[in-house]
Amino acid sequence: MTATLTRSGDREQRSSGNVLSGTGTLVRFMLRRDRVRLPLWISAISLFTMASVAALPDLYPGAADRQARATLMENPGTRAISGPGFGLDDYTFGAMVGHEFLSWVAIFVALMSIFAVVRHTRNEEETGRAELIRSSRVGRHATTTAALAVAFGANMFLGGALAVGLGSLGVEDIGWQGSLLFGAALASVGVVFAAVAAVTVQLTEHARGASGLAGIIFALAYLLRAAGDMAEVGGGVASWLSPVGWAQQTRVYVDDRWSPLLLSLGLTLLLGALAYWLSTRRDVGASLFDTRPGPAHAGRGLSSSLGLAWRLHRASLVWWSLAVFLFAYGYGTLASEIERFVSEMSVIQDAIADIGGTVIDAWLAIIVVVFAVVTAVFGVLTALRARSEENAGRAEPVLATPVSKPTWLGSHLLIAMAGGAVLMALTGLGLGLSVSQALGNSEMLGRVLGASLAHVPAIWLTVGIAVGLFGLFPRATPVVWVVIAYAGLVGWLGALLQFPDWAMDLSPLGHTPLLPAEGMEWTPLVVMTLMAAVLIVAGLAGFRRRDLLSTA
Amino acid sequence: MTDTIEIAGLEKSYGPTKALDGIDLSVTQGEIHGLLGPNGAGKTTTLRILLGLLRRDAGEVSVLGGDPWLDAVELHGRLAYVPGDVELWPNLTGGEAIDLLGRLRGGLDESHRDELVDRFDLDPTKKGRAYSKGNRQKVAIVAALASDAELLLLDEPTAGLDPLMEVVFQDVINRIKQEGRTVLLSSHILAQVEKLADRISIIRQGKVVQTGTLAEMRHLTRTTIDALTAEPVTGLEGRPGIHGLESSDGRVRFSVDGEHLDGAVKHVSRFGLRALTSHPPTLEELMLRHYGEEADSGGEQS
Repeated sequence: MTATLTRSGDREQRSSGNVLSGTGTLVRFMLRRDRVRLPLWISAISLFTMASVAALPDLYPGAADRQARATLMENPGTRAISGPGFGLDDYTFGAMVGHEFLSWVAIFVALMSIFAVVRHTRNEEETGRAELIRSSRVGRHATTTAALAVAFGANMFLGGALAVGLGSLGVEDIGWQGSLLFGAALASVGVVFAAVAAVTVQLTEHARGASGLAGIIFALAYLLRAAGDMAEVGGGVASWLSPVGWAQQTRVYVDDRWSPLLLSLGLTLLLGALAYWLSTRRDVGASLFDTRPGPAHAGRGLSSSLGLAWRLHRASLVWWSLAVFLFAYGYGTLASEIERFVSEMSVIQDAIADIGGTVIDAWLAIIVVVFAVVTAVFGVLTALRARSEENAGRAEPVLATPVSKPTWLGSHLLIAMAGGAVLMALTGLGLGLSVSQALGNSEMLGRVLGASLAHVPAIWLTVGIAVGLFGLFPRATPVVWVVIAYAGLVGWLGALLQFPDWAMDLSPLGHTPLLPAEGMEWTPLVVMTLMAAVLIVAGLAGFRRRDLLSTA
Repeated sequence: MTDTIEIAGLEKSYGPTKALDGIDLSVTQGEIHGLLGPNGAGKTTTLRILLGLLRRDAGEVSVLGGDPWLDAVELHGRLAYVPGDVELWPNLTGGEAIDLLGRLRGGLDESHRDELVDRFDLDPTKKGRAYSKGNRQKVAIVAALASDAELLLLDEPTAGLDPLMEVVFQDVINRIKQEGRTVLLSSHILAQVEKLADRISIIRQGKVVQTGTLAEMRHLTRTTIDALTAEPVTGLEGRPGIHGLESSDGRVRFSVDGEHLDGAVKHVSRFGLRALTSHPPTLEELMLRHYGEEADSGGEQS
């Protein structure tokens, strides 16, 4: 009797001291597991940012070039993509970095933080490894605390790396003070979304769900900021409702205000408290939201290999379609201003002269190439789903039924190729609709649509390379990403940096006539379609002849 | 008499590793055949070759009268398979996966499917990523057993099932046997094979080292005798086939090769039996004997 009372009293007293025991060990354990991953994220983000900033003086040699860019930012559409637009009157390199880079880099910083927290908390619980940890002398809040500490530390490190990296570049108007604030502003976004993830992992039972929910919250924050920045230069009310907006409201490199970051700090503390409170309301491995049950029987569509492939790719195709259409439409709204912008920028003028045609046509041709590269990524990702299905052992049960290997692979391939064509059509529609509105020229829709669809054979060729590798040299399949990276590089920068012809010819996406700037040529399209067909047939035959690989 | 599966001299290498080193195996129609061996012995590789998922390096293989590599699609309409490691699609429910696999195989009996889901106590509304290993296995088992396939290839089908579900599984397999269908079942769980299989093949290091009914195998091996006699037993040492003899005041304990069992028991009985226990070798002992001998002859290992 007495013993029971003492013990429950003890527990009350001890709970505050012991809930964190083991945190230090867990932090070291997490850092050990992330010893490659986090340094890779941090160095990729900071090096990418540094390289982009370092390239600015070459792209915009004079103040007039920068000012031309600033006029483009008066368009609400561009402010939605970039930021509120401080310092547009005197568009220094600093103002440019703060305005145009901050929000983009913030996406990657937020992803790094969300993944880090989810990886060490919900993912561990889902796999059951957390039980091993929690059964030892580890406090109830130790895992959450350690994961947050690791994520915060990574953001501090990243902020420091950005501050030192950018400050030391010596680019005009990008000083040490501003760079320190730039790093801190990005770290603040990372820290807030680490705390967001600490909350979402309490809510869902699966790591994917937790990351997805945190990602949706980030997308909302991003959209709020975009809405606010569109409303007026300098940002509207909605900009102040978003952690991404707060980072931009520091007016980094223009006025250098630190105070908005206090909002991020406050929100982080609130979210952290919420995460701890929620975690005491649930069991290890359980969630606050029950996972929704699905149908007990399959619908009629799910009765063939193609039906399965469609089911697996359906959601991704819908999201890609939406994103491609909206981005293409958004780019198109710039059409009316592009001529003015280009006339004031010598570097881009050279590139456009190289392509030929009017300024608008050349600009459209370049934009369409960018979308073709993006669509090629979709096509290859979709076709190579076959590879991950095979490696994960999910191909085996299907191929043990009367589904032939070529049929199975062909199902994924068909969706990759048809989906690629759909995305290019949506590119043409989105871009064409907004360009014809902006220019008041309804003929543009048909021309842009044609220009986009002309890239379809090149996308099929890229998918063909992926499938050929997968069937014949499965272990070398990732080489296709090198091909795509190369195609992206020469497609986007080739014209700007005046690459030699042979370098352009090496790219599978480099042979499509650059409509609407150039004239139509059917021969390369026919040749590419035939090459795609040959590669696909070879890939299917190779896959039929080879052993099924699986890790099991 | 037709053999549903006929394998002769089957070889398969993964790079320098030889997974199968001359497998010989025949499974007759209507029998439940157990393929017994430790992990890495070549059971899964053999089954994958029978499915035409892997290509053989050498040897003859025939499944339901066809070549599993060349006639894969046609043969797959007549057989069903449960993989050893069942992986499901994370965003499909178990019920959807069962229906999909059943329809790919040419349709499944709805009422039989629902009965099996019920008997195996499976929740078909859960998403694939939410299932435990045992439940993923149940999904594959239900999908395979709900079909009317002539031949079932089951790779360690109950490795993740609890004992209650194992009983259900044995019951369902026995019904399949009554329907005259053929089952090839791999396992390293000896007790399970013992209960189900008509014949057993023991596979190790890519070779079948022994095939036969359990009774035949036991005949070939030793029986352990424990006897209490009126007078001390003498003269056993000189008899053939006696191993591990221990005796102490009226009690004698030894194991004897199957062929010498009769003589040994007759000999002991002459000393006035008071109590006699004998037990046949379990499959564990069977296996251990194979491995023990190998270890003796390859003495350099330890």
